[in-house]
Amino acid sequence: MGPFETVAKGKKKAMRSIILSTAARFLMPMILLFSAFLLLRGHNLPGGGFVGGLIAAAAFGLYLLAFDVQETRRLLRIDPRTLVGLGLLVVLGSGLTGWFKGKPFLTALWGRYRLTGFLHIEIGTPLIFDAGIYLVVLGSAMTMLLALAEED
Amino acid sequence: MISLPALPILIPFGTASLCLISLKRPRLQRLAAVLGAVAHLICALALLTATCRQGYLVLQAGDWPAPFGISLVADLFSSLMITLAAITGTAITFYALAGIDSGRESFGFYPFLHLLLMGVCGCFLAGDLFNLYVWFEVMLMASFILLALGGERGQLEGGVKYVILNLVASAFFLTALGILYGLVGTLNMADIARHLQTAEQSGLVSALAMLFLVAFGIKAALFPLFSWLPASYHTPPVAVSAVFAGLLTKVGVYALVRAFTLLFIRDISFTHELILVLAAMTMLTGVLGAVCQDGFRRILSFHIISQVGYMIMGLGIFTPLALAGTVFYIVHHIIVKTNLFLVSGVAHKLRSTEDLNRLGGFLSTAPFLSILFLIPALSLAGLPPLSGFWAKFFLIWASFEEKRYLIGALGLLVGALTLISMTKIWLKAFWGTVPAAHPERHAHQKKLPPGKTALFYLPMISLALLTLTIGLWPGLLFELAQQAASQLLDPNRYIQAVLGVTL
Repeated sequence: MGPFETVAKGKKKAMRSIILSTAARFLMPMILLFSAFLLLRGHNLPGGGFVGGLIAAAAFGLYLLAFDVQETRRLLRIDPRTLVGLGLLVVLGSGLTGWFKGKPFLTALWGRYRLTGFLHIEIGTPLIFDAGIYLVVLGSAMTMLLALAEED
Repeated sequence: MISLPALPILIPFGTASLCLISLKRPRLQRLAAVLGAVAHLICALALLTATCRQGYLVLQAGDWPAPFGISLVADLFSSLMITLAAITGTAITFYALAGIDSGRESFGFYPFLHLLLMGVCGCFLAGDLFNLYVWFEVMLMASFILLALGGERGQLEGGVKYVILNLVASAFFLTALGILYGLVGTLNMADIARHLQTAEQSGLVSALAMLFLVAFGIKAALFPLFSWLPASYHTPPVAVSAVFAGLLTKVGVYALVRAFTLLFIRDISFTHELILVLAAMTMLTGVLGAVCQDGFRRILSFHIISQVGYMIMGLGIFTPLALAGTVFYIVHHIIVKTNLFLVSGVAHKLRSTEDLNRLGGFLSTAPFLSILFLIPALSLAGLPPLSGFWAKFFLIWASFEEKRYLIGALGLLVGALTLISMTKIWLKAFWGTVPAAHPERHAHQKKLPPGKTALFYLPMISLALLTLTIGLWPGLLFELAQQAASQLLDPNRYIQAVLGVTL
């Protein structure tokens, strides 16, 4: 159900602006891309899982403003509380990886992989940790936003 | 098992995440909660045996060396506390299977119960003060939610008082941390202890000790900072208030014991005398408050306060025997107090009221429940041969040995007053007949389905058996408590274990 069909339905839905909903559709992928960019550069430069998660939540928040709760839930696919649980498990897993290698809990492990020629990529458990934080922040922020939106 | 000290934190963490994922599948969620609680108990016991054998287990998280990274330190005292937290957590999880309504279940009771356990265990393991603060906050966040979950009027009213006073405590804690960091330039407890032993400004150090005393004193519900406790503990469902009653104040007591055996030990004539005075006042006000109450759980809440007084009394006397008495007392208290709250919960389920004036006659309608009340109640009052007798015996013996007759006598008096208010519950709720004003309640005492009854009684019976075991064979636990006390009284061993250097 797109925004155009529902504009006339009900009092609340009459508040919907076509400019906002069109802009939201274009902006959302870009904001999500930006949040992924922040997540990836976060280990050594400003950014990281927390900020990335907040910006991703902002993207979904914008969608929530432009459309409604059901639409946003459908877009998220997963219940945001499940997202929090998944994120916590990812965090736990990244901490445990060091343990399986015989190091204390939370020890950072880094792997260096060659892509092509002189291009290398370094991937380590801190990045996985950050990805978990990203999911937790996105999940908890969305839980709050959706709960607030359902209130009225 | 290099990371064994991290497990009591990680298992509840994993359990909570699994419960969160299965929030919409109640059966799966319950299964995860129960399995997680049992696993937690097993690894707590493993940690206890490991510390018995090795003395100290230290984990430098992330492989960062001690004063810079996060240290998790398990000595005998902390692993005993963790074992008790796990015992309480397991008992509550089983009890909650029957005692928590499906609404609270679907809004995340189990995840937050396990997050609370994680915070509590984190406090017991924290090797630096800032981490202790963080774990306090984790524990408080979870407890705020558990307290308010369900959103009943009384719950919110009690919750507001609880939240505000605990935030004040956190502010004190953070201020003290800042000043301490300015003074010694480190937050690792072993490192602070090392610096404070040679520091000069004893005036500032004493002021810091007082700030920490206030911060931890609010959490431990010491006189005169206890008002949040009786205002809030009777409001949430019994499964919640039982875990609060068993564990939360004891985290404050643990922090006090840790701080005043490791960090602030140079001005004992000032700090520990003050602690002794506070202990006396706490014991007395708590028990007097209990005598004039009429609600089942309100009486029990006031008793927590007076019992905290006993624990702090051992810290104030500050001899090996007294500290062993404190450790013994904490162990005894957590088991007994949790059990008493669970009994009050079943009484509430049977008659739908907590007001002692409207209860009565349980001895004839629910005789087994009466016995289950009697064991922990008499133990709390300190009658032999139950665990409470030995706990009080060691503490009062220690006080007489140090020629502190006044506090010893006060301990005896408070014990007698405890017995009086336990008698009050016994007389009004268990003995006698159902009040004539509510004859219909007698006829319509609710019948609990057998499955639920089993889940209610299993934890209560186990805890009662534990009390009896400690009471009949106190030697083993006393041995452990003495070892824990000797560790506590020798900070150099702690410093050596964490930093790898001696003074």
